[in-house]
Amino acid sequence: MTKTQSAEPLVAPDVLERVLAAGRSTGAEFSEVYVEDKRSTSAGLDDGKVEQVTSGRDRGAGIRVVSGETTGFAHTSDLSERGLLAAAQAAAMAAKQGGGGVNKVQLGDVLRHSVNTVKVAPDGVEKSRKVELLKRVDAAARAVNASIVQVSAGYGDSRRRILVANSNGVLSADEQVRTLLRVSVVATGDGGMQTGYDSLGHTIGFEMFDENDVEELAIRAAKQAVTKLSARPAPSGAMPVVIKRGSGGVLFHEACGHGLEADLVGKSASVYRGKMGELVASSLVTLVDDGTMTAEWGAIGIDDEGHPSQRNTLIQDGVLTDYMWDYLRARKEGRAQSGNGRRQSYQHLPMVRMTNTFVLNGKEDPDEIVRNTKQGVYVAKLGGGQVDTASGDFVFGMTEAYLIENGEITEPLREGNLIGNGPEVLKDIDLLGNDFAMGNPGTCGKDGQGVPVGDGQPTLRVRSLTIGGTAA
Amino acid sequence: MTVGVPDLQKLADSVVEQAKSGEQIEAYVSRGGETSVRVYEGELEHFVSAQSEGVGIRIIKDGRTGFAYAGTLEPSAIAEVLAEARDNIQFGTVDQWAGLAEPDGVQQIPQKFWDEELASYPTDKKIEITKELEKLTLAADSRVRSEQSNYEDGWGETAVSTTTGIRESGRGNSCYVSVATLADDGDEAQTGFGFSVGDSPKEFDLQKAAREAADRATRLLGATKPASKKVTIVLDPYVTSQFVSILSSALNGENLAKGRSLFADRLNEQVADARFTLVDDPTNKLAYTATDIDGEGLAARRNVLIENGVLKMFVHSSYSARRMNTKSTGNATRGGFAGGPGVGCLAMQVQPGTKTQAELIASIDDGVLIQDVAGMHSGVNTISGDFSTGASGIVITNGTLGAPIREFTIASTLQKMLLNIVDLGKDIDWLPMRAVGLSLVISDVMMSGS
Repeated sequence: MTKTQSAEPLVAPDVLERVLAAGRSTGAEFSEVYVEDKRSTSAGLDDGKVEQVTSGRDRGAGIRVVSGETTGFAHTSDLSERGLLAAAQAAAMAAKQGGGGVNKVQLGDVLRHSVNTVKVAPDGVEKSRKVELLKRVDAAARAVNASIVQVSAGYGDSRRRILVANSNGVLSADEQVRTLLRVSVVATGDGGMQTGYDSLGHTIGFEMFDENDVEELAIRAAKQAVTKLSARPAPSGAMPVVIKRGSGGVLFHEACGHGLEADLVGKSASVYRGKMGELVASSLVTLVDDGTMTAEWGAIGIDDEGHPSQRNTLIQDGVLTDYMWDYLRARKEGRAQSGNGRRQSYQHLPMVRMTNTFVLNGKEDPDEIVRNTKQGVYVAKLGGGQVDTASGDFVFGMTEAYLIENGEITEPLREGNLIGNGPEVLKDIDLLGNDFAMGNPGTCGKDGQGVPVGDGQPTLRVRSLTIGGTAA
Repeated sequence: MTVGVPDLQKLADSVVEQAKSGEQIEAYVSRGGETSVRVYEGELEHFVSAQSEGVGIRIIKDGRTGFAYAGTLEPSAIAEVLAEARDNIQFGTVDQWAGLAEPDGVQQIPQKFWDEELASYPTDKKIEITKELEKLTLAADSRVRSEQSNYEDGWGETAVSTTTGIRESGRGNSCYVSVATLADDGDEAQTGFGFSVGDSPKEFDLQKAAREAADRATRLLGATKPASKKVTIVLDPYVTSQFVSILSSALNGENLAKGRSLFADRLNEQVADARFTLVDDPTNKLAYTATDIDGEGLAARRNVLIENGVLKMFVHSSYSARRMNTKSTGNATRGGFAGGPGVGCLAMQVQPGTKTQAELIASIDDGVLIQDVAGMHSGVNTISGDFSTGASGIVITNGTLGAPIREFTIASTLQKMLLNIVDLGKDIDWLPMRAVGLSLVISDVMMSGS
């Protein structure tokens, strides 16, 4: 972590000080200015054509004012002092009706905490090179097999500069770069159409494409679709499920990640409430949320409340050791924040969110895990998921899966959801591999806001999960 | 649109006037605001008051398309967006069908989207309503706790102008309340929600929202995981609405053109049971997503998509229509200034049956009333048709409702489910979603549990 004078802050510190003071003009104890300037480029290819290149600019500030249990919030796309003061006054009025005193705020130097290194800033790269990637993906996917009938690919990059200042004296800045490539493939056969999908995303610049082969990405997606052409209906009922490394982090994201967010715990809307220090998972499981994990999709220098990102162990050897915290929930409990206060944009209020959430390595040989499973399902790729944190019931989709018969991976299965209950599934993890890998870049949705997150795990087995197939 | 917004229209016009020779330009400008009130345990948790604006510019030249947007209407930013969109043209592939919509002479059906009473509704009343909703919810059942009670309203003004002669602008506002609940029984907790929508707060039915939120949370207490078997399911109106919405993707003319519709080559064939008739009708003012124009500025219209089970048509924007050698059906969609138009159904409506939900249930020997589903985004593939979602509901035995069940999935394929529709309710519910709700009975669905 380094402390430096800001070369060119998005808003001058003396303006921030006056805006923060205006935020407390009705007597509120806390005010905060969040300034964001984001530039993005995206390009889409579909049906063999580069359909459109899009340039975007989103710039503005959100002002938060807290008075007791009440938060007032206003945002503006006008970053002039006049615009910011107007928003601060609106937020102050929203937080409290009535008069208050003048509260001076003094800000020091800008804290810059950077966890990512960008070698080639994507906004400096010719758009033609970005479009070229899409054409390579299209060609590589179509070359896999004559059954590939459609390919769509998307490229996206963004550079998001943020500045956070609050009346407690916090003044932090970060520059967050993200680069993404995704591909969807349709294959057709006698039994209809099937789809394949893969993606690549990191908090680094255009050098991502020197370090990763985009053709390989396309081929993986294409093969997934082709394989599924001969898939049989997935089974129904509960059985052992082996989840391939780097594909099942979403299981933990849903099975316990959301339930460990302090805002949900605080309202007793989590099945993990009041379980601190208790055994909540198999003793094989150590779960970490780590915003500092360089280059991973959920990596951030500071969170959206200006707090430096950090590595937090949530479950240690099966025992619940901590929840995730933002400013408000930490303040209420009189404890430190954990770097998990995040928001989609300056137009949104921050809340407790995950960053990169993953399970550490176990000891098993991943091949042995399959060999030790007589009958079950092997999931090679998971889709999204959804959880009810209060009951703990969650679902997640399997987009590439196979039968396990007599310890061997056999026939491909059609798509479906799996369903389980968080605490039960965590306790049912009976084999954990030694082959940890991070998974695909994800977007986590909560209360209408989407934020980039990462997840990961080694190959593992759940003793019993319900497969939502159609076969008896 | 019926009520114009002159200054935004002028702004859009001023962009379009800068078209150079051979360029087609579309300018989409909008601004809006929102109020969001959240109450928890009788206290105001947050109050959000916010305004935003932006511009999206699409330029087409020699069959290539470029696009750019910015979240501001400052003149210098608009000039930058225009330049960026122009710069982006060169990277597109020539597409012979690329182009903007052209006025097609179809008349708009005027509707009312602006409510003066809502526009001037006092802030303290909004907070009062939110507190009242929480209070009513807690009073509905002693086992119920509050997670949050919300009031939301928003207003928006948009204008679109094109070099092809489209000039449309309008404004609208809307509001709703919602409440999220928890019900406890020992260690077990279940969740529920309720909501009410109106042109203005005076139309809210707070009692009904509170009752639903309490019922949804409590009715699953003590629920168990069922055994796996084939069953007949009754989808609650709220679930049917989600089921019908996903059909939009298969009826999308652009997906058809690009080989992604499971209805390809099925025009005029029986794709659903004869009892099933599906209409897209944004001109019906009862629909939550009713509109007078589509995302390209063409008049919205009533389209019969599936009639007595027979596939009658796909929906089109001007682009997909040109590709398929037909005319736009007024079905361009638009998510705001940050993107160009897409294609989709706008307000889907299913022709109701003749029975109440209770009558439908009475006719089933062995089934499940599905009250909620989870993972529609992760377990349903609209291209292959594979359908699998998490579910919770109540067992139906010999025509009567029994014990609650949870943590199971229901699975089939979209193709089979449409053909296996056995009956429809008359209980039309105009939910705040893209498709109407009613009770829908589907046979031969695999329930997967223990």
